[in-house]
Amino acid sequence: MDLLPISLFLLTFIIFSTTTLLLAQPQQQYQDQYEEFSEELLLKPLPDRKLLTHFHFHNQAPLHNHHSFSTHHHLFPKPISHLVKKFHIKEMELSFTQGRWNYERWGGFDPISSSNAKPPGVELWAIFDVPPLQVDASWKNLTHALSGLFCASINFLESSTSYSAPKWAFQSDLGSLRYGTLPREAVCTENLTPWLKLLPCRDKAGISTLMDRPSIYRSFYHSQRLHLRSSIAEDRLSSRIILEQTLTVVLQPDIQRAGMNYISETSLQPSWSLSSIFGRKINGRCVLAKSSNVYLQLERGLVTELENLLKDTAIFAANDTGSENFRRNIGFELSVNPSKVHKEVEKSSSILYEYPIKEYKDSEQFDLGLTWKHPLVWSSPHAPLYASRFLTGSGNERGAIAISLKSTESTQGFVAANNVKERCKLQVNILQMVPWYIKVYYHTLKLFVDEKPQAVIDFVERMRVSPSEDKVSPGLMELVLKFPCEAKSAVLNIDFDKGFLHIDEYPPDANQGFDIPSAIISFPEFHAGLQFSDNSLRKSPMLSKFQEKSRVLSYTEVLLVPLTTPDFSMPYNVITITCTIFALYFGSLLNVLRRRVGEEERLLKKKDTNKGLLLQVLAKLSAKLRGRSSESAQPQSPPPPSSFISPKLVLKVVLVAGVAVTWQYYSQ
Amino acid sequence: MKKEVQKWFWISVLGSIIVRLILLFFPKNLNLSARPEVATPLTSLRRLAEGYWLKQSSMSPYAGSMYHGSPLLLTLLGPLTITRIKGQPDHLLCSFVFVIADVVCAMLLRASGETLQTAYSSRLKLLGLNHFSEDSEVLPSGDLAALVYLWNPFTVFACVGLSTSAIENLMVVLSLYGACKRLAPLAAFGWVMATHLSLYPGILLIPVILLFGYGPDAPPRKLFLQRKNFEVCNSSSIANNSLEEEVRNQLSVLNGFSWKSVMHFLFWTLLWSSYVLVLCGIYLRQHGGLQELFKRTYGFILTIPDLSPNIGVLWYFFAEVFDFFRSFFLIVFHGNILLIVVPLALRLNHRPCFLAFVYIVIFSMLKSYPSVGDSALYMGLLGLFAYELRDMQFSFFLISGYVGVSLLSPVMHNLWIWRGTGNANFYFGTAIAYACFQIILVVESVSAMLNHDRMLNKLSTAKCLYIRAP
Repeated sequence: MDLLPISLFLLTFIIFSTTTLLLAQPQQQYQDQYEEFSEELLLKPLPDRKLLTHFHFHNQAPLHNHHSFSTHHHLFPKPISHLVKKFHIKEMELSFTQGRWNYERWGGFDPISSSNAKPPGVELWAIFDVPPLQVDASWKNLTHALSGLFCASINFLESSTSYSAPKWAFQSDLGSLRYGTLPREAVCTENLTPWLKLLPCRDKAGISTLMDRPSIYRSFYHSQRLHLRSSIAEDRLSSRIILEQTLTVVLQPDIQRAGMNYISETSLQPSWSLSSIFGRKINGRCVLAKSSNVYLQLERGLVTELENLLKDTAIFAANDTGSENFRRNIGFELSVNPSKVHKEVEKSSSILYEYPIKEYKDSEQFDLGLTWKHPLVWSSPHAPLYASRFLTGSGNERGAIAISLKSTESTQGFVAANNVKERCKLQVNILQMVPWYIKVYYHTLKLFVDEKPQAVIDFVERMRVSPSEDKVSPGLMELVLKFPCEAKSAVLNIDFDKGFLHIDEYPPDANQGFDIPSAIISFPEFHAGLQFSDNSLRKSPMLSKFQEKSRVLSYTEVLLVPLTTPDFSMPYNVITITCTIFALYFGSLLNVLRRRVGEEERLLKKKDTNKGLLLQVLAKLSAKLRGRSSESAQPQSPPPPSSFISPKLVLKVVLVAGVAVTWQYYSQ
Repeated sequence: MKKEVQKWFWISVLGSIIVRLILLFFPKNLNLSARPEVATPLTSLRRLAEGYWLKQSSMSPYAGSMYHGSPLLLTLLGPLTITRIKGQPDHLLCSFVFVIADVVCAMLLRASGETLQTAYSSRLKLLGLNHFSEDSEVLPSGDLAALVYLWNPFTVFACVGLSTSAIENLMVVLSLYGACKRLAPLAAFGWVMATHLSLYPGILLIPVILLFGYGPDAPPRKLFLQRKNFEVCNSSSIANNSLEEEVRNQLSVLNGFSWKSVMHFLFWTLLWSSYVLVLCGIYLRQHGGLQELFKRTYGFILTIPDLSPNIGVLWYFFAEVFDFFRSFFLIVFHGNILLIVVPLALRLNHRPCFLAFVYIVIFSMLKSYPSVGDSALYMGLLGLFAYELRDMQFSFFLISGYVGVSLLSPVMHNLWIWRGTGNANFYFGTAIAYACFQIILVVESVSAMLNHDRMLNKLSTAKCLYIRAP
């Protein structure tokens, strides 16, 4: 009788569990098929004899919305999926950078410079998918998690003085965005190793084997970036986490190692090969990667130069510019034949050579080399305005921050393009974050256009200021400016006072100064993106990323502000001296108040008479002893010792001695 | 003779105004408004302009830890900070306001000085003593105080340096003047505004109440009692004429505490303070209301979060002190001001104006963000008691000390902040010296005043004895 309900229960349980298992099975298969990884490398010669290498690793996995942390991933790094699930991250970007991207020489208008040129140190921003009140808590937890994950002091971004919530100058619309930077974070191999650990092949196989630490850290600029996006779709199955890891390195090809003879003109660009710049070759692809490609990009300016060269030398016979033609052209020579050549849609735009890594075996290694044959001079496309930032003023009391914007040739092009319109306007968004100890006077914002002072209201479209609060939050200024296109230069100037900190708030190297994070200058009307006609390129995550329309963005320099320091060795002296002054004040004033001159005089008289009596008696005694008259001895008689040892004094001494004895007794 | 003196007085008043105006038109050369001695976080006009800008951009004026003053000051001076006159220095209109405040303050000092002097000499007459300065040819103490206030370099710098302390000083003097003249609404307004602007003048409630209760400064009341008793004793022997009767009546009136006028004053205080609070509440309605106001003004004064250097000693103390002792020392230092209030009130209750002066010296010495504007006020008030304090010790030493400190302090500041060759301790050293000189000033002036009372006591008793003896 009793068994029946139990057996029924068991039966239902078994049926239920099997159905769930059966249901879960196809989902599991779907996931497996959905998880994918691809690795890519982009090489690009830069105008100033340097080489840009850009590693791009793309990893994506389905996102499970049910709260089980036990889901298994094959390729996707588990800590990252945990992060996404635990802190409900919609989008996140973390970058570690050393060196400064040279916008003038390396360009500021292509996708790499606007998404991979980062401010020095650590930059982190994240968008959370939580209610507004929980955003700060999530951010704090996230900083700690990332700090542990990447061996960096990202946890310093936890303090509310170091991060802020830009509303619209940085990204477009979002309220749950938090943004913070650590300009002084030293980036080194201990940050790269955990970053590599997130890759399925680490640096053991595939393109990542090229990452020779000495060559990377010898570079002029390297930026290691991690971009995380979770796209949540309506149906649960198609929501994914997309992890994008990029490493951008600007290297100077070693002239001797490339085997170039010095006799040829010095204006010739240095030739390079993968083995000469990294000291390694690619052994083969990472077998877990869906695609593994190396690209060589020739940018617009270079292609135009090459075409001119061809025309000049009259070899330009046929119109076709096939792969062979470009491989063995007059400008340079490639050591490996590209499998494909992609050209941008527009005339005289950049060219992309594609090298799939698939075919290379362990015995035969992939080593792409480029040998220049003809000196070429070109320039990279620039951002509409070239931004720089500097400090003015001297001394440690106050100063001013100036952001200067200078027009470049892109602006002229923009003017030409918009000539039809009556008044062409160039929109510039500026995001400036200042730490609280830089006390900015926002009412002193001044604007100079073409070196003439102008009213700020005429140019500022929108402005959002959240002033810094002492020891609570940093100051944030977001500006949307609209300049006439024909303006040659513009300077924004804002005054500040330097704060004075408590000695505990200074870092160990206080005299080095404090950093003001980079300002972000973006041009929402300009979009950096390459347009390729070939649809097959859509498959490559890196190139499809390049083909997205991303807005042109540039970072200004980090400013170093020296702050006055107090004397760090003084706390005890200051405390004692100040307290002495207070005691002096209180004691002397109280003394003056309670003194009564009349009474004092009376007391003195009384004492005198007392003493006189005693003296008289003593004198009489001594006179009796000596047998002299008392009157003659009285005036100059010295105070006798008996008056010194008064019973009161004896009592006091006895009391103190008693206390000491009892103290001794009890303390033992 | 008297006319001549008056002429000179007005000429020098005019001269001081001209000096201010001349200095006002060269603000760039002097750059006084950025000096830490002149502009503290509480009184700096630059911060006020920032607060006004924030308010205009529909933010709380207290956002951003910049402005910590009163919202009423913001409505008064704020619009003036943004009006510019072409070709003239910025903030010219504000500086005119400060010049006017200074002159009005000096005139009020003069008027209250006159009242004090006539009251004092009439009371001395009751005791049968003569006021010394009546027949002497020196300036009356009111005129002296006004001139000291106007020509004091500290006042001039505070005025030209666009520090709002000129207005705070005006309010303090206004309340003292109102109390001397027994104008309850005026005194209450002055006291409420002064307390609202800088909190510390709140302790002036005691001297103002004493002024209303007992009237202006007088010799100790004991002497009048003595005198009265003596008159009563002698009434049988001396013929009863009407004059003596009158004197006796006055003597009996003097010793009473007039509760009625005090209540009148307190009523007005209540009225004004509720009015001010309502106005502030309306102004800050959208930005946190009165709670925000108290947190950002009084909270800022009491917790000393701003550690930028000034002429006091507390900034360096709190920059260096260990964090876990911070609240303890905050209590101790502010307690120090309150602790001495009662003993002083007991000892000097017959001289409420002097008591107010002593309180002002003490709080401008111990306040969290002192500036030279505060020192200017008590130096002006010191002029009111020139006659009583003429036997003060160390006066030469004190004057040289003040001159020395005010020359050395900018030098040390320059060495530390601008040249980087000095050290914070250099500047702190001058701040300590300044504090010491102020301590000597307050202790010596109190001591001199008590000695003066003792002298009066002696003279009066001697007179009684002298009259009785023959």
